[in-house]
Amino acid sequence: MASIRHEIRINAAPDKVWNVVTRPESIPEWFPGIDSCTVDGNVRVIKTHMGLEMPEKILTNDSLARRFAYQITAPLYRFHLGVIDVLEIGPGDSLCVYSTTAEPDTLALIIAGGTVGALEEIKRIAETS
Amino acid sequence: MGRKILFITTDQQRYDTLGVNGGVLSRTPVLDGLAKEGIRYERCQPTSVVCMPSRASMLTGQFPSTHGAWMNGVPLAVDAPSVAENLHDAGYATALIGKAHFEPFMDPFGRFAENSLASLGVPTIEQPWFDGRRGVHRGFDYLEFATHGVMGPLHYARWMIAHHPEALGGFYQVVDNELNVNAAGGGDTGAPQVKFNEVERDWYHTDWVAERTMSWLNAQSDNRDWFCWMSFPDPHHPWDPPKSEISRVPWRDVDLPANYPAKASDRETIIDQKARHWRAWYDGRLVSNYEAPAKWVPATLTSDQVREVNALNAVEVELIDEAIGRVMALIEQKGWGDDVDVIFTTDHGEFQGDFGFLFKGPYHVDALMRLPLIWRPARSTKIAPSVVSAPVSLVSLAATFLSVAGQPAPSWAEGDVLPLSNDDALVLGHDATITEWDSSLFGVDVHVRTVLTHEFLYSEYGPGTLHEGTEGELYDLSDDPLQRVNRFEDPAYFSARATLHERLIAHEERPGERATPGVLMAPV
Repeated sequence: MASIRHEIRINAAPDKVWNVVTRPESIPEWFPGIDSCTVDGNVRVIKTHMGLEMPEKILTNDSLARRFAYQITAPLYRFHLGVIDVLEIGPGDSLCVYSTTAEPDTLALIIAGGTVGALEEIKRIAETS
Repeated sequence: MGRKILFITTDQQRYDTLGVNGGVLSRTPVLDGLAKEGIRYERCQPTSVVCMPSRASMLTGQFPSTHGAWMNGVPLAVDAPSVAENLHDAGYATALIGKAHFEPFMDPFGRFAENSLASLGVPTIEQPWFDGRRGVHRGFDYLEFATHGVMGPLHYARWMIAHHPEALGGFYQVVDNELNVNAAGGGDTGAPQVKFNEVERDWYHTDWVAERTMSWLNAQSDNRDWFCWMSFPDPHHPWDPPKSEISRVPWRDVDLPANYPAKASDRETIIDQKARHWRAWYDGRLVSNYEAPAKWVPATLTSDQVREVNALNAVEVELIDEAIGRVMALIEQKGWGDDVDVIFTTDHGEFQGDFGFLFKGPYHVDALMRLPLIWRPARSTKIAPSVVSAPVSLVSLAATFLSVAGQPAPSWAEGDVLPLSNDDALVLGHDATITEWDSSLFGVDVHVRTVLTHEFLYSEYGPGTLHEGTEGELYDLSDDPLQRVNRFEDPAYFSARATLHERLIAHEERPGERATPGVLMAPV
C-alpha cells in the first residue's frame, strides 16, 4: 500500500475552493486528462483523455469539514482512497490537500501524478472565478 | 549548405558491446567503421544512469539538477531548453524518431504530448519554448515514437496493432499486472525479462525506427540542413529480439563477463565492500527504484541466465548495427555522405551480470556509466580520426550539435563541445565528468554524486533511507579497472579523496540558474 499527498496554497477563501470540487460532476472541469464523467447516486464513472473508463464510489462529500473522499473501484485496484481536503489558513487563504492511497503501490503514483495538475487547476479556477 | 546531423541513440547499451570497444559477442561493422573514420571516446559518462534524466541532458545540455527531471517519472518541463529549438531557429529540419522519453510513459490521463501525438495524427504540436515564444514541441517539427513493447499509445504500438495484431503476443509483457517491471522469466534459462519472440524481424521496433527514419530522410530537400535523432529502444530489456535471429549468438557458447565471478561467495565479498544498498538489493531486502523488477532477487541470478541475457543483448546490438547500416546507405545514395555528421551513443549502461546483477539503479560503476560514444564528423570537414581517452559527458552533446551547425553554445548549456582529440580535451578542460542520482520512491530515498577522472571513479552518498551521508566508493582505475576494491576508507587514498570531494562540491556550487525540481508523476 502506498500513500502519496500533494498540496497547494490558494489565494481564495476555503468556501470558494470547496465550491470548485464539491460537485461530483464537475471533475472534468478541474482534473486535466478527465474528459467526461457520469454520476448516478454515489457512483461516478470517469473517462480519461486516453479513453480509459474508471468507476468510482463517492464515500464522503462533507461541506462542513470540506472533505471529498472517493474510491476507484476498477478491478486493477486492490484498494484505492482519494481524499481532497480544503483547509483554512487565513482570510482568503486556503490549503488544498489531495491524498491518494492505493494498492498496488504503482497505481498510487500514477493517480497521484494526475492530482498535481488537478490542484493547479483548482487553484486557477478558485483564484479567478 | 551546412552540415547535417544524424544523432543515433540506443537505450541501455554497454561500452563493451561494440567490436571497436573490445566487444566479442556482437558483430558491429557499421559502428566500428564509423568509429575508425571518426572519433571514438573511451570514457563517455551519462549525467544519470536512468533514461529520462539522461535523455533530458542530451536535449538540454544540462545536468539533472539543473533541468529538473531528476528521475524517471519526472517530466522534463515542456518549456525547458532544447537544442532542437536552436537548430530549428538556425533553419534545420528537426526530427526525433523512436524513443524520446522526456515525459512519463504511464499516463492514463494523457497529459503528456509524447503519449497523445500518435492519436492526434499530426507530426508535432505547438508548445511554449524556453525563450517565451511558442513553437513545435521541444523544437522538433517531426516526431514519431516507439518504446520497448507493443502496449500503449505510441506510434509503433499503434502500427503493430493496426498491421500485425497476430504478432503482439510474441513480445514480452514489460510490466506485470501490478504495473511493476515484470520479473517473469523466459527463454531457455528462466532469466527475467527474456522471451523468444515470434515477431517477424522487419516488424520489430529496431527495423521500424530505421524505416521511419529513412522515410523522413527521403522527404527532405537537398537544399535544407537537417537534424535527425534516430532513437532505438533496444538493447534495453526486455530481451525479446525476433526469434529468427537468436541463433546468431548461441548462449551456451557465451563466456561469462569478466566482472562476474562465477562463485557466489566471491561476488558477495566484492559487493560487501561497496555501499550497503548494493547488498540489500542483491539479497532482495531493498527496492530503491522502479527500473528493476521489484519481485526479482539478484542473488537468484544464475550463470546460464547471465549467458542467455548477454547473448540476446548481443543479437539486439547486431540488429541495431544493421539498421544503422541501411540508413547510412540511404544517406550515401542521396549524395549527402560528405556533409553528414553522425554521432552515436546511448543513455546509460546495463549490468548484464557484472557483480551478479542485471538492470540498473544507484550503482555508479562502469557497467552503467561507461558508454559507447562515436562522432563521425562530416567528411567535408577533413577532421582527423582519433581516439579520446579523456573523460567526456553526454552533457556536451547539445553544445556539440550547435557547433556542428555553426551556432554558438547557448548560455543555458552546461557542457562544452566534445573534444576532437586528447589534445583538444586538454584545451577544453575535459578532465572530469559528473553523474547524479536522486530517487525517492515509496519512502526510500537515495542520493549519489559521482566524479570520474582519468585516475579515479569516486562516489559520495548523501543522507537517505540507507545512507548516513558519510558513505562512499573510491576506485583506482589504474590498478582496479573492474572497480572491485573500494578504497574509500583506505588512508592511502585520503588525499585523492579530498581532491575528488572538492570536485563534487564545485559541481554542487556551480553557477547558473536551476529549474525547480520536477514532481514525480509516474514510475516511469
